[in-house]
Amino acid sequence: MEYILRNGVVYDPTNKVNGECMDILIKNGKIVEDVSSKAEVIDVKGKLVMPGGVDSHSHIAGPKLSVGRLYRPEDIRAGIKPKSENAVEGFEAGFSLPTCPTTGYRYTRMGYTTVTEAAVPPLEAKHTHEEINSIPNLDIPTLTLFGNNWFMLKYVKDNNLDDLTVFISKWLKLAKGYGIKIVNPCGSEAWGWGKNVTGLDDPEEHWNVTGREVIRSLCMVNEKLGLPHSIHVHTNDLGNPGNYETTLETYDCVKDIKKNKHVDRDQVIHMTHQQFHAYKGTSWRDVTSGAPELIDYINKSKHMTFDVGQLTFDETTTMTADAPNEFDLYKLTGLKWANKDIEVETASGLIPEIYSKRAPVSAFQWAIGLEFFMGIDDPWKMVLTTDSPNAGPFIRYPKIISWLMSNSKLMDMATNEVHPWALNRTSLGCYDKEYTWYDIAIITRGAPAKILGLTDRGHLGVGAKADISVYDINVDEFDPTRKSNAKVVEDKLLSSKLTIKDGEILHKDGSITKLVNSSHVWSNVKGLEEKEDALIKRIKPEFNKYYTIKYENYGVPDHYIEPETRIDVDCEGL
Amino acid sequence: MHEPITDYDKVVRNCSCSYCGNNCDDITYLIKDNNIVGVRHACRLGASKIINDNDQRLLNPMVRNSEGILEETSWDYALELTAQLLHDSIRPVLYGWGETSVEAIKKGCQIAQATGSVIDNQSTICHGATIQAFQKVGHPVTTLGEVKNRADVIIYIGTNPMDDHPRHLTRYTTFPEGFFRPNGRDDRTLITIDPKYTNTAKVSDEWIQFNPNEDYSLINALRVILSGGELNTNEIAGVDKDTLYKLVETMKNTENGVIFFGLGLTQTLTKQRSVDILIQLVEDLNRYSKWSMLPMRGFFNVNGFNIAMTSETGYPYGVDFARGYPRYMIGETTTIDLLNRREPDFFLAVAADPGIQFPGYSLKHLASIPTVQIDTHWGPYTELSDIVLPSTRVGVETAGTGYRMDSIPIYMKKVIDKPENCHSDEWILTQLYNRIINLKEAG
Repeated sequence: MEYILRNGVVYDPTNKVNGECMDILIKNGKIVEDVSSKAEVIDVKGKLVMPGGVDSHSHIAGPKLSVGRLYRPEDIRAGIKPKSENAVEGFEAGFSLPTCPTTGYRYTRMGYTTVTEAAVPPLEAKHTHEEINSIPNLDIPTLTLFGNNWFMLKYVKDNNLDDLTVFISKWLKLAKGYGIKIVNPCGSEAWGWGKNVTGLDDPEEHWNVTGREVIRSLCMVNEKLGLPHSIHVHTNDLGNPGNYETTLETYDCVKDIKKNKHVDRDQVIHMTHQQFHAYKGTSWRDVTSGAPELIDYINKSKHMTFDVGQLTFDETTTMTADAPNEFDLYKLTGLKWANKDIEVETASGLIPEIYSKRAPVSAFQWAIGLEFFMGIDDPWKMVLTTDSPNAGPFIRYPKIISWLMSNSKLMDMATNEVHPWALNRTSLGCYDKEYTWYDIAIITRGAPAKILGLTDRGHLGVGAKADISVYDINVDEFDPTRKSNAKVVEDKLLSSKLTIKDGEILHKDGSITKLVNSSHVWSNVKGLEEKEDALIKRIKPEFNKYYTIKYENYGVPDHYIEPETRIDVDCEGL
Repeated sequence: MHEPITDYDKVVRNCSCSYCGNNCDDITYLIKDNNIVGVRHACRLGASKIINDNDQRLLNPMVRNSEGILEETSWDYALELTAQLLHDSIRPVLYGWGETSVEAIKKGCQIAQATGSVIDNQSTICHGATIQAFQKVGHPVTTLGEVKNRADVIIYIGTNPMDDHPRHLTRYTTFPEGFFRPNGRDDRTLITIDPKYTNTAKVSDEWIQFNPNEDYSLINALRVILSGGELNTNEIAGVDKDTLYKLVETMKNTENGVIFFGLGLTQTLTKQRSVDILIQLVEDLNRYSKWSMLPMRGFFNVNGFNIAMTSETGYPYGVDFARGYPRYMIGETTTIDLLNRREPDFFLAVAADPGIQFPGYSLKHLASIPTVQIDTHWGPYTELSDIVLPSTRVGVETAGTGYRMDSIPIYMKKVIDKPENCHSDEWILTQLYNRIINLKEAG
């Protein structure tokens, strides 16, 4: 099918297109220079046109979602919507824990086409890929958890980076993973004994390895392999007052590591949900924002990127492979606690969370997220996320955008709606920045695609994937800075005029028009196959001794990942 | 004495056992002429299921004739009749699913949506109470490898794995060498808490006997002691005070402890409350040391059904599509309650035998409505069924995904060919789904 998207107002920051009225030509799923006379013309005169949305960090598929849904039927009930007559899509269920199909519908309506599943234990990767098969309409890269893996810990302890490199390369193939995720390195291992580590240099007792060593080693391996994405780090001490120092140390601990020269991204480390890592003080009584220090570091640095993890004042569900942190939250709130330790690899947990505008801590966390949005000079280092569903469900992205675009709306909220801690304990009140559509396109499209290393999307240049979203906003006539327009911005961005993926119209004027299978995006390192075979031969006895499933049954069989987007990575060898 | 099996021509390793919730994936099948003549590594339950499984096998579709006799018929006729009955019914129930693959379960879920059925599994009569407790209190679980590698205290309460999950202790929890437990059994304390002196109690370091139906008091007493309270009686639930204090002391000083529990806990008078308080005990214990718990799930994929249902509908079992969108309310949308209210007017059982599993009063209603069986073997439910559709064995004749009791997914292989006129659950359900869609479109 060929299309001409005619006369839209296009925001494509990667190609420095800033609100130009132009046509976008689509053929065979790509953006092209020419189409034939058979091309269908779609008139989007004056409407807001952007590349399809890219989410660099969201929890949408796999065991923790299943546990969440299983033990929170109240959340399922909160999101029930019957199937409409003649609709292409089925019913919806779940608010912070949507069912798989629901996840696809909601992202499609918002104009998102690529969403990263942020934490997959390799042992349960089949579960994640099985769920992806039930999520329609997205491209889904999965990040594989390595930060507490025993083989990794052993290689780091022995300073054996060669074997670690081969191990990672092989394990991404087994889990069909896209990149390296590190969560509370060494802390989740300590949780095997009900303990945690504090800070980057507190070694886990048995392995005698620190978070710093893990992050540095995996960063070096990542650059050696030349994976498209950098290491993706949820560092130690999440959620604790005083943790901003650990966060700063994490930023700093990899700045000397050289980026692989073949990759397109700029960073060697991507720090995730920084809002949760930016607290100063010694307890929740004297806590203040550590965001200004972190923002200052980020503004001066070139080696890192981050996503925000913006809080949205909802009753949601937290879920993370940082299990000790979830137990701390349980002790704080007393809400129903879920935990699951996963042999040899990680430990994860969940707990419902009620973020209230009247609660001092919620308001404080909300303001810290916004400080990042306001304080960062270069938006290319930043991605809009809520760490969905941890700080809020992804369907709140449009609401967040409405806050970012209208300072009067934001300050009205900060002053009149939320607990005074939002302004008393943070620097939010100092800012009067307002995002433009161009900025929004950066933090929801251009930057996440570039950071993930997915160069074929996040922009509308010739040759790019034809992943496009069009919103029913007449850009030249509409003033998003007006407080009274905040709700309009949210509503229009929640339901696109057009969502196009691979040149196919999936959503049009408020209705889903087509459901396609999501693609499993994974990294296939080439050049180390012989070394991988030799490594497996060596470690198989240990594997079969400490896991409770056989190595032969461990990897994800190919038929779980249809259709796939295999990214071949040529490794130059060790 | 049994002689070793030597007469085989093919060996297939690392197969998955499709019996209990252990889903042992280290089984070797010995094959001769497309028959499994021997298995290695499996327990006696798994082995007997895998080897001698052509006895009483359902081999052809059957429909009950006007004289009440099941008569062999064609697939086309049996499928069309089933589709028509299901399409014409107003309160259909699709039950079972514990012994089939997730792939088949997902197809079943599509049929439930298309027909407005209730779809439910064995949780409704087994660990549904556990899931209710998870929903009320919390869900602190672990994988079996964590137990193998770390646990120094293992408690079985209201369950007897030595008979029901025979390799649970030998492959996963108590006997094997673990990373931090290099001497296996010698590095662990094994405690069985059960009214009966079970075979698990026999191999335990300690057996604590308590009165039936007094689980809640027993666990409550442990919580009281743990929180520093005093018991003002010498005996709780038939257990003397000193034993309880000693047990709490052991639990507090554990490095990594695990409690496995079974239907002995969920099916006593206090039902899900027994599990509620067990979860609370585990939460309390985590303030002192590391503790987890895990339900001993029965069939090899009863957990997979719960997982697949949450992916597709949000709810774990007892999902009612009567209104087009999923509803879930225990006591309202669960199979036994529906049958006892005599609501269903069509009943399909897939890979399950309600004839064995259900109470007599519920079965009475089944005898008065159209009933369909999709299964591999003749059983009590066959005698109740109006239509019988013969299927294949997952992990032997058909590949598919199963979820172990600790939710680890395992892809189960196809090893031998199926009997000629049998079809996989997935195939049968796909056929049914397509026919139902045709009927719907025809109006």
